[in-house]
Amino acid sequence: MDFGFKLSPSSAINLDKVDTEKFAELHRAEPDVYKCMACGSCTSTCPANRFSGMSVRKVILGLQRGKEKEVIAMMKNCMLCGKCSMVCPRGINTRHLILSICRIYGEDMK
Amino acid sequence: MKENIVIIGGGIAGLEAACQLLDLGYKPIIIEKSDHLGGHVADWNCLFPDMTPAGDIVSALISKAADANIFLNTEISFVNKLQDSYNIMLSNGISIITRIMLVTTGFSVFDASKKEEYGYGVYDQVITNKDLEHWFNTGDDRRVNDSAMNAIGFVHCVGSRDEKARNSQCSKVCCITAVKQAIEMKQKFPEAMVYCFYMDLRMFGKKYEDFYISAQRDYGIRFIRGRVSEVSENIDGRVIVKAEDTLSGKPVKVTLDLLVLMAGMVCSQDSTKVANMIKLPLDSDGFLKSADNVADIIDSPKEGIFYAGACTGPKTVPETLAEARAAALKIHLYIMKK
Amino acid sequence: MIYQGKQKIWADYQKEIPDNHWFYVRSCIRQNFFPGAEKMFLEICRGLLKKDIFETEHHTTCGGIAYHCDTIPQETVMTIVARQFALMTEAGYENYVASCITSFGNYIEILETWKEFPELETRIREMLWKACKREFNKPKYVAHASDLIYKYRNEIAARAKFRLVNRFTGEPLKVVEHIGCHYAKMFPARGVGGAEYPYVLCGMIESWGGNVIDYPERRHCCGYGFRQYHVKANRGYSLSNTYKKFESMEPYHPDFILTNCPGCPYFMDRWQYVIAETEGKTYGENGYGIPVLTYEELASLVLGYNPWDIGLQLHQVAVEPLLDKIGIEYDPKEKYKGLNEKDLMRPELPGVLRCC
Repeated sequence: MDFGFKLSPSSAINLDKVDTEKFAELHRAEPDVYKCMACGSCTSTCPANRFSGMSVRKVILGLQRGKEKEVIAMMKNCMLCGKCSMVCPRGINTRHLILSICRIYGEDMK
Repeated sequence: MKENIVIIGGGIAGLEAACQLLDLGYKPIIIEKSDHLGGHVADWNCLFPDMTPAGDIVSALISKAADANIFLNTEISFVNKLQDSYNIMLSNGISIITRIMLVTTGFSVFDASKKEEYGYGVYDQVITNKDLEHWFNTGDDRRVNDSAMNAIGFVHCVGSRDEKARNSQCSKVCCITAVKQAIEMKQKFPEAMVYCFYMDLRMFGKKYEDFYISAQRDYGIRFIRGRVSEVSENIDGRVIVKAEDTLSGKPVKVTLDLLVLMAGMVCSQDSTKVANMIKLPLDSDGFLKSADNVADIIDSPKEGIFYAGACTGPKTVPETLAEARAAALKIHLYIMKK
Repeated sequence: MIYQGKQKIWADYQKEIPDNHWFYVRSCIRQNFFPGAEKMFLEICRGLLKKDIFETEHHTTCGGIAYHCDTIPQETVMTIVARQFALMTEAGYENYVASCITSFGNYIEILETWKEFPELETRIREMLWKACKREFNKPKYVAHASDLIYKYRNEIAARAKFRLVNRFTGEPLKVVEHIGCHYAKMFPARGVGGAEYPYVLCGMIESWGGNVIDYPERRHCCGYGFRQYHVKANRGYSLSNTYKKFESMEPYHPDFILTNCPGCPYFMDRWQYVIAETEGKTYGENGYGIPVLTYEELASLVLGYNPWDIGLQLHQVAVEPLLDKIGIEYDPKEKYKGLNEKDLMRPELPGVLRCC
């Protein structure tokens, strides 16, 4: 029956249901991935960000919150210029990280 | 030297000051309410950032301070102001005349049950930082079930930075304590997910940031920026916490086997009681008011009365010890001048 | 769950509720939603327990719905409330009891506001005088009607014909309690048991033999939320909140839900039908829903009143399976007969949610 309204999807993140296996694999390959403290330097310097929303900070966060699909879509805008690795205060090798994400989450990219 | 020096409180501040005064040739008197020395640190297991055993620190202090006059299980009944000194009546019937008092009454751990929404004392698997240290020391706490420990959460700022709980101050040590305890739990339960719910991470001290990076990099502890708003219990007795993941702007919930509340520091009732007896003012944060919060933190506004440690605000162990040493020197100089 | 921990909190939030002499004000909407509830409150308090409960036909809305929908100035709400207090004063009462949770919250909020801003109270007194030449004393005690039933719970238990026990299994019934948001969330100290673990309904359930269920979304809104429902574009939010609660309580298999607010029982009752129609999901046994009762209806049931005399035929979710469990006899043929045998006609049966 159509009442003219229906259940609204929940925006809440349920951490119980997030798949942690791939991120654990990523962590093994890139231990530094956890070092991100969400300062946003990478995003503010990213030449692709202002046109496409690309943000390494959001990529790292999204992968831990079960948002793989959105993250992968975002990452397609990365040009691998490496400015983010230059500014990262925690010294995360972001270019290498991005390539590792592509390798581990490759299935999701198709 | 016959000068009576009364140290109120046998925690690490009182003990360290007593050690220094003994070295300077005095015979200080320590008045301790409980049946043992060492205060809160005696209840702790390990200290950040080098995992120093708390028991070693406390037992070294106790053995060095053994020559002081120590009254355990003793409280101050009342204090009379004389011409230029004080007459202190103790609960054991002894009275002491002195012109020098060192207040080392420390802090109290915030009563986490006041944050009703976190369910401390209501839900089976909600404990405090202090309970966890007790469990590290004794292994005795039925709320901690070692056989099923898949997810553990830490809530920062419980009763700190909380105007509704009447504590707007930061308790300073809980951030780093949470990092320390999270690492310890991850060491005990390597397969468990460990989450820290924080508002800000205040890693101000020596090596704290390194400790935090290690918690992230080496232990994979998940830091979620958002204050836990509500805790409930599900049908199998585990706790569900709700928070906002403010970095993604989305509400987040997770089911946990253990939730540890990082209860903050508040001015102890003993400090306010002593303050009432000797008419010492309180500062706007509820702790004892120093003569000056920059230049004279260990001086009270009253002549002959000094402070050391957390009675004037949240302090770390090294800060407390440094203040105790400074106070001992200050007392020595005060006596020399007369 | 540590029951003693809750008891400790309950002990901290006990409020004084005078035993007798109350000025009663009704809710705007409850007589349409659950027509027997307020009638039974008066019947139990006056007829059975011989309490002095006064009501007047001159009282109006408290303005609460308009206030919470943000369509009325605060001074207007306050003047409306001041007029209600004037009616109480004129009738010679000092204790004020409201049927509606939002009214109760509204009264408490206004009295607290006047305490903080006495000049505002002076202004309202002037406005009331200019508008209708009335004066008022502030009530000595403000209670919600559920506070009174809570207060009388043991007297009711002593007179009860039925206990909240499943007669097939001998087990206490499993009861979800749901408190209206405006009862204690704004002023926790004014609610029996406080805001996080309210005791007002738990006390009734325990006293009448049931077991209270504490489930994860217990504190969550029923889904009404005023503007969530009243604006059709937002109605999905209303439904979603209710859905969230039912999903959370489902594993506990509650026998029924007890409420103390005008909107909560209505939405928790009717939305079960909409959830069944749109999602194909029902939460009771055998395709039924979970019955939702007001505290007056429940008190009437345990006291042995006829279910059809207290308005249970107006519930969407069938109450018959619950009546069977408690052992209350009823005549299915009488269900849709109104006063003086008037035929109320039978509603169309829903497609998914099983009804009687």
